[in-house]
Amino acid sequence: MIDIKTYGEFKTSWCPGCGNHDVLVAVKEALADQGILPHQFVMVSGIGQAAKIVHYLKCNGFNGLHGRALSPAQAIKLAHPEMTVLVESGDGCTYGEGGNHFLAAIRRNVNITLIVHDNQIYGLTKGQSSPTTMTGHVTKNNPLGVVDQPFNPVAVAVAMRAGFVARTFSGFHEHAVQTIVQAMRHPGFALVDMHSPCISFNKVNTFAWYKARCKEVSHDPKDWATAMTVAQTFGEEIPIGVLFREERPSKDTMLPQCADGALYRKAVDMAAVKRCMLAYA
Amino acid sequence: MPRNRRAWATKELSVHKELHLIMGGEAGQGLDTVSGLLGKAVVRSGRHLLAAQHVMSRVRGGHNNFRLRIGARPVQGPPDSFHLLAAMSRESVDLHKDKLKEPGIILADAAWELPVLPGMVAIPFAELASRPVFRNVALLGVLGAMLGLEASLFEEQLEEQFRAKGDEIVSSNLRVLAAAMKWAAENAPSLPLPESAGASGMLSMDGNQAVVLGALAAGVRFCGYYPMSPATSIAEGLVQAAVEMGVVVEQAEDEIAAANMALGAAYAGARSIVPTSGGGFALMTEAVSLAGVSETPVVFVVVQRPGPATGLATRTEQADLDLVLHAGHGEFPRAILAPATLEDCFYLTHKAFDLAEKSQGPVFVLSDQYLASAVRSVAPFELDGLPSVAGPDLKDSDPENYRRYNWAKPVSPRRIPGHGQSLVLVDSHEHNEAGHIIEDGGTRVRMQDKRLAKMGVLLSEVLPPEFSGDEEPDLLLVGWGSTCEVLREVTARLRASGVKAACLCFTQVWPLIPETFMPHLEAARTVVTVEGNSTAQFAGLLRKTTGFHIHDTVLRYDGRTLTAGFVMERLQPILEAL
Ligand SMILES: Cc1ncc(C[n+]2csc(CCOP(=O)(O)OP(=O)(O)O)c2C)c(N)n1
Ligand code: SF4
Repeated sequence: MIDIKTYGEFKTSWCPGCGNHDVLVAVKEALADQGILPHQFVMVSGIGQAAKIVHYLKCNGFNGLHGRALSPAQAIKLAHPEMTVLVESGDGCTYGEGGNHFLAAIRRNVNITLIVHDNQIYGLTKGQSSPTTMTGHVTKNNPLGVVDQPFNPVAVAVAMRAGFVARTFSGFHEHAVQTIVQAMRHPGFALVDMHSPCISFNKVNTFAWYKARCKEVSHDPKDWATAMTVAQTFGEEIPIGVLFREERPSKDTMLPQCADGALYRKAVDMAAVKRCMLAYA
Repeated sequence: MPRNRRAWATKELSVHKELHLIMGGEAGQGLDTVSGLLGKAVVRSGRHLLAAQHVMSRVRGGHNNFRLRIGARPVQGPPDSFHLLAAMSRESVDLHKDKLKEPGIILADAAWELPVLPGMVAIPFAELASRPVFRNVALLGVLGAMLGLEASLFEEQLEEQFRAKGDEIVSSNLRVLAAAMKWAAENAPSLPLPESAGASGMLSMDGNQAVVLGALAAGVRFCGYYPMSPATSIAEGLVQAAVEMGVVVEQAEDEIAAANMALGAAYAGARSIVPTSGGGFALMTEAVSLAGVSETPVVFVVVQRPGPATGLATRTEQADLDLVLHAGHGEFPRAILAPATLEDCFYLTHKAFDLAEKSQGPVFVLSDQYLASAVRSVAPFELDGLPSVAGPDLKDSDPENYRRYNWAKPVSPRRIPGHGQSLVLVDSHEHNEAGHIIEDGGTRVRMQDKRLAKMGVLLSEVLPPEFSGDEEPDLLLVGWGSTCEVLREVTARLRASGVKAACLCFTQVWPLIPETFMPHLEAARTVVTVEGNSTAQFAGLLRKTTGFHIHDTVLRYDGRTLTAGFVMERLQPILEAL
C-alpha cells in the first residue's frame, strides 16, 4: 500500500463541491491500493472538466482531444503492454463526441480501464445537455426540456458483452474505490460509469438525488440476461456495482507483435527488411 | 490468321529502343494479373519497366487499362501511344485503337469477328482457354511468345501465384500458357523487346510498396489506418510484414481514431505511420494539430486522388497540397515531402521518420494514385548506407526534474513513459514546461515561440529542388512530386528539338528555401508549372513564399496521369509565343 501523497497535491480548477474531487481521491486510492507507482501507469483523457484530472496527480499523462481519449489510450497499451492504462473523461466526451470510439473500444478489448465522470451534463461548456441527460431535463440548450432519449452506456456495454461493466457513484467513496480496483484488475477493457455530480449546472442529478437512488446490485455478474435487465434500470432506483463480467483474452495479449513488451525497444531488423525487399525480385 | 500475319509482315520490323503496350478490358477479367506477371517477367529478363494502371472504381465490368513502357534504359513517365494493344473486350479496341503507333498491333478475340484492321491478330481464345477464367493466362502466353520471353519466366510465377490453390489449378494454368505460346509462335507476329539492359537483380514494385519498405527500414512500429484508395495498400503491405517485423497495424473505426491512435503509439515510443487519402486526411486534421501542440512525431502518407469529397476514387490528382500544407488549426511547423520516383518513395519515407523525430511533429509524404500504383523496375535500395533514424531520449537522467517541454532548446528531450522514472505529460492545451495546462500570456508566447523555432530543424534538412537542362532557358518547367519524371522527359525532348529548356523538380514542397531555386526562376524567360490540379496550387505557393509570379501553367485534372505527350501538346501555344 502506497501513501496517496505519492501522487502529489495539485490546485484544481474545479468548483468546490464538484464530484470530480471525489473521483480524483478514489482513483488515487485505487492506485495506491494496488501499489502502482506514478511512473508505472499512463492516464489518458479527452477534454472537459473531468478530463483535467490528468493534471491533478503525478502520472504519465496524455491529455488529448475532445472525444478521443480512447484512441491514444488503446494504442499506448498496444505499443507498451507493460504499462497500466487508465482513461478518464466526461460523459459528453466519451459517449457524445467519442461514441464511435466507445463502441470500437468494447469490441477491441484492449486491457485498459475507462472511468467516465458521468454528471449527465456538459460542465466545461457550461450546462448544455449531454448524451446521458434525462428526457425532460431543462437545460440551457433545452429550455423546454430534453426531448431525446438518454444514451445508456452500461446497457450498451452489456449488450456488446464488454468484459467488465460497472456503475458507481463518487459520493460512495469506498464503493467507488473498490469498483475502480476491480475494473483495473480485469484483464481487458473495463468500463466504470461513475456518477459524479456537477453542482454548478446540473440541479436535477445532485448528490442527494444519487444518494437516495444508488443501490448495490445483488445478481451474479456472469449472468448476462439479468445484467441486461439491471443495466436498463435507471431512475427511481439506480443499481450500482459490477453489472456484468466476462473474461476473454485482451487484444494486447493476442497480438504476437506485442508479446515481447514495448515496441520502442525493438531494434530495426535490417536483414528482415532486406528479405521483404528482395521478395520483389 | 495467315492474312493478318502477312499484313503485318509487310512492315519493316525493327528492335525498338522502347516498347509501349496497352492492355484493356473489363474489371474482373484478370488484366491486372497479366500486367503483373508480364511486368515481372520483363524485369526479370533485365529490361526496365513502368506499368501504369487506369482502373475504374468497380469490381466487375467497366473498362480498365494497363500501360506498359519497357526500355533498355530506365523509363520515365507513362507512354501516350503504343506499339501493341491487347484487347480483352471489344470496347477496348474502339477506345484505344487511335493511340496506336504506325504500324501497330491489335490483339483481339477471334470470336468477335471484327473487320480486319491492319495489324490485327485474332486470337482463338475459345480454343486456347477452355474456360473464361483462363483467358488472361492465354493472353499472357500470346504476349510472352510475341515478345520472345522464355516460358520459364511465366511458369515460375504461375506456380508461385497458384500454389496455394492446388496442383490442379497450377497445371491447368501451365497448360493454357503452353498452348497460347505455341499458338502465338506459329500465328502471331513477333514484337522483339528492347535489348536487355543486363540489369540483373532488379526489383519491380509500386510506389506504395516502396513506401512500406521505407517505413520498415526506418523501424516503423505502429500503423493506424482506415481503408481508402489509393492508400490502403500501404497498410496492407505493413500487415504482411507485421508479425515478422514487429509492427502493430490497427484498422481503426474511422480516420479520426486512426490518427489519434498513431499519436498515442508515438507517445509510447512506437514510430508511427498513418496512410490515407484526401477524404480520410480531412478527418485527421485535428490530430495533425494535436501532433503540433503535443510535439509528437508522426508520419502521414497522403496518397492523393481527385476531389472534392469522394471525387474519382481510383484516379489520380495532385490537389491536396493546400490541404496538407494548412491542415490543422493553429500554427506549428511541418515538413512535406513529395516523392517523384520509386526511389523517392523509399528514401523519403525513411527520411520522414527521421525528420518527424528530430522536429517532434508531423511530417507528410505527399504521394498520388499514379505513383502509388504504377509498377516500376528499380535497383534494390541501399539498406546498408541508410542514415540512422533519430530516436527518443532513453537516458532517464534526473527524472525528478524532467520536463517534457523544457524550453532551453526548441527541441526538448522526448522521453518514453514507463522507461525509467521520468514522468511524461503531454497536452493538447497550451501548457508549461511540465506539460500542465496554463493560460498566462507569457508562457503561451514562449511555448509558441519554442514550437515555431523547431522550423529551424526542418529548414536545415530541406531537399533542394533538382535542376536540369539549359542554364538560361527560354522555358523552365517547374513540377513537384510524381510529375517530375514527365518534366524531365519533356525537357529532353524540347532540347533535342532545339528549344532552350530546363526543368526544376521539387521533391520537398514545404518548407521552401527560396535561395535554392530563385536564381533559376529569375534566369528563365518563361516559367511554367506543370501540375495535376486545376488551380496551380504549387505556383500559388511559390508566389506566396517568394513573390515570384509564375508565367504560365499546364494543368491536368481529368483524373488521368500526366504524360509527356499531354504536356507537349499544352506547351505548343506557350512555345509559339516564346
Ligand atoms: C472538438 C471539440 N469540440 C468541442 C469542444 C468544446 N468542449 C469542451 S468540453 C466539452 C464538453 C464537456 O462535457 P463532458 O465531456 O460531459 O465533461 P465535463 O466538463 O462535464 O466534465 C465541449 C463540447 C472542444 N474542446 N473540442
Ligand atoms: S462546472 Fe460542474 S463539472 Fe465543472 S467543476 Fe464545476 S461542478 Fe464540476
